Amino acid sequence: MKETTLRAKSSKPLSAYRLIQALLGALFAAYLIWRFYNVFLDGTPSYGADSWLRFAISGVVLGSVYALIAIGYTLVYGILFMINFAHGDIMMLGAFSGYFVFEALEKIPSPVIDNPNQVFLNAHPVISVLLAFIVGATVAAVSGYFLEKIAYRPLRGAPRLVPLISAIGASIFLENAALLLFGSQRHDFANPVQITRGEGWNIPINGEVVILPYTGVLTIALSILILVALYVLVQRTQLGRAMRAVAENKSAAALMGINVNGIISRTFIISGALAGSAGVMWGIHLGLVYHMVGFIPGIKAFTAAVLGGIGNIPGAMLGGMFLGIIETMGPAYLGMSFQLKDVLAFSILVLILIFRPTGLLGEVLSEEKV
Amino acid sequence: MAMLEVNDIHTYYGNIQALNGVSLKVEQGEIVTLIGANGAGKTTTLRTISGLLKPRQGQIVLEGNDITETPAHDIVYKRIAMVPEGRGVFARLTVAENLDLGAYSRSDRKNLAGDLERVFSLFPRLQERQKQYAGTLSGGEQQMLAMGRAIMSNPRLLLLDEPSMGLAPVLVDLIFDIIQQINKEGVTILLVEQNALMALSIANRGYVLQSGEILLSDTAESLKNNEMVQKAYLGIE
Ligand SMILES: Nc1ncnc2c1ncn2[C@@H]1O[C@H](COP(=O)(O)OP(=O)(O)O)[C@@H](O)[C@H]1O
Ligand SMILES: [Mg+2]
Repeated sequence: MKETTLRAKSSKPLSAYRLIQALLGALFAAYLIWRFYNVFLDGTPSYGADSWLRFAISGVVLGSVYALIAIGYTLVYGILFMINFAHGDIMMLGAFSGYFVFEALEKIPSPVIDNPNQVFLNAHPVISVLLAFIVGATVAAVSGYFLEKIAYRPLRGAPRLVPLISAIGASIFLENAALLLFGSQRHDFANPVQITRGEGWNIPINGEVVILPYTGVLTIALSILILVALYVLVQRTQLGRAMRAVAENKSAAALMGINVNGIISRTFIISGALAGSAGVMWGIHLGLVYHMVGFIPGIKAFTAAVLGGIGNIPGAMLGGMFLGIIETMGPAYLGMSFQLKDVLAFSILVLILIFRPTGLLGEVLSEEKV
Repeated sequence: MAMLEVNDIHTYYGNIQALNGVSLKVEQGEIVTLIGANGAGKTTTLRTISGLLKPRQGQIVLEGNDITETPAHDIVYKRIAMVPEGRGVFARLTVAENLDLGAYSRSDRKNLAGDLERVFSLFPRLQERQKQYAGTLSGGEQQMLAMGRAIMSNPRLLLLDEPSMGLAPVLVDLIFDIIQQINKEGVTILLVEQNALMALSIANRGYVLQSGEILLSDTAESLKNNEMVQKAYLGIE
């Protein structure tokens, strides 16, 4: 309601701006259609169906990881109206935790009759993977909790730019702490053999074989599970209701007896757990962890959150999925080099910020923001 | 011992002083009204009592216990509920969820069904609209929801901040009837109003607040007949 009246008021003086916006939109759409003709209809297509399937698979896998991280940005923004720029580094801590769990389990002997050199990691892959996720999510959740307590809580009530600067400081701190602790080299994530990276089910298509990787399926399945759990938590539980109440109106929430700071802490714990799980997925599926591993996915997920409408949970899920797919299919579709996928993702961020800052699903303005 | 005693509170917004030594008392079972012009400090007084603002000086005493330092989210556990100015309903939550959050502080969950029925009998409209988002309700319905939500916490003292604000006269009558009804059921009421005539007509006693200070305090009857009050707040020349 409020939003529409604001829009209605501003539409008149901005009509020239709107015209340009519509024009650019039309041009862009025309370009996409022209690309469609080029890619699919004009003579020999540059990519076969097998390639597109490959792009789609990696897009959905990447997208489900982005979705998990993006929700953390959106939850925190929804409650504190700040961008937690250290969120990607929380994911990095989760990834390292998973890495160390696998490293440790790989050193525990678990001999069986036909293989005396068997190790725990390969003897019990399900337990190992579960353990990696539990430890990764826990470490990240605890880090998120302390991050808020140390870097943001003392600045409650300060102008909005102040915690933002603190967030950037926290991010630099975490990256350098990891650099000191774990070194600058890239660590190879040692998966259980059952989910060796690159192996998977073979899908024959077009006379070619496309691999549906085990790690990808694991990532997608776990993401969906976590997203459903989160949805139930937010929509169906007392904690979820309290979180939504605090996001909307902190003093009214306090009058209900809701401890606002407690809810904010829990929001950071939940966001951290999601980012930590995403970090472990990242490690298992892509294989490398190092102190800056959270940086690019962090920014991508932020883009995804903005894309979906920051503060909006389904928006973050959708934005993450959308961005993952755009990133893998976009370069092929637009005939660009795959090296430019990051450029593509960030161009989308810039375009969204310019033309539709409320994101795809739009933001419901709360009283505090109006 | 008075149920609520406010002793000489001074409340500030940053460096701006809003209350300059406000004192008042509410006895068990009373309806007490706090009237005054826009900006007099009525809302600030209620927000200080409910813990949303901390006074720089002075005490809030509930049945002999100092609750000045009690954080806002613990006040409802002392069975004080507030219906804030502008209602403060959660627009993006449904009516049912709003009422549910009203009972957030309750540990006696088994009594909730009965209390919900009581709220629905006071405000049948809310029962019809249970599944709707609170943001889609009319102003009057939102006021009902805010009051219903407060009742769900099973308060002994209810603080109401301008419940008649922006409502059509029929609805104002309805809301005031219900305030009286809630009071008859044993809830003590501190009512802030700009609609001084209405407030004085249902209150036992009243305080007149001006520029952050208590100007007058008397029975509602005497205040209604007070020449100064008539001139300034009742629009009677
Ligand atoms: N958030 C605020 N920041 C600064 N000053 C405020 C704020 N809220 C209220 N005031 C000031 O405090 C005084 C009392 O306001 P308030 O308690 O809202 O009055 P009332 O409810 O009687 O209309 C007014 O002068 C008002 O301008
Ligand atoms: Mg007021």
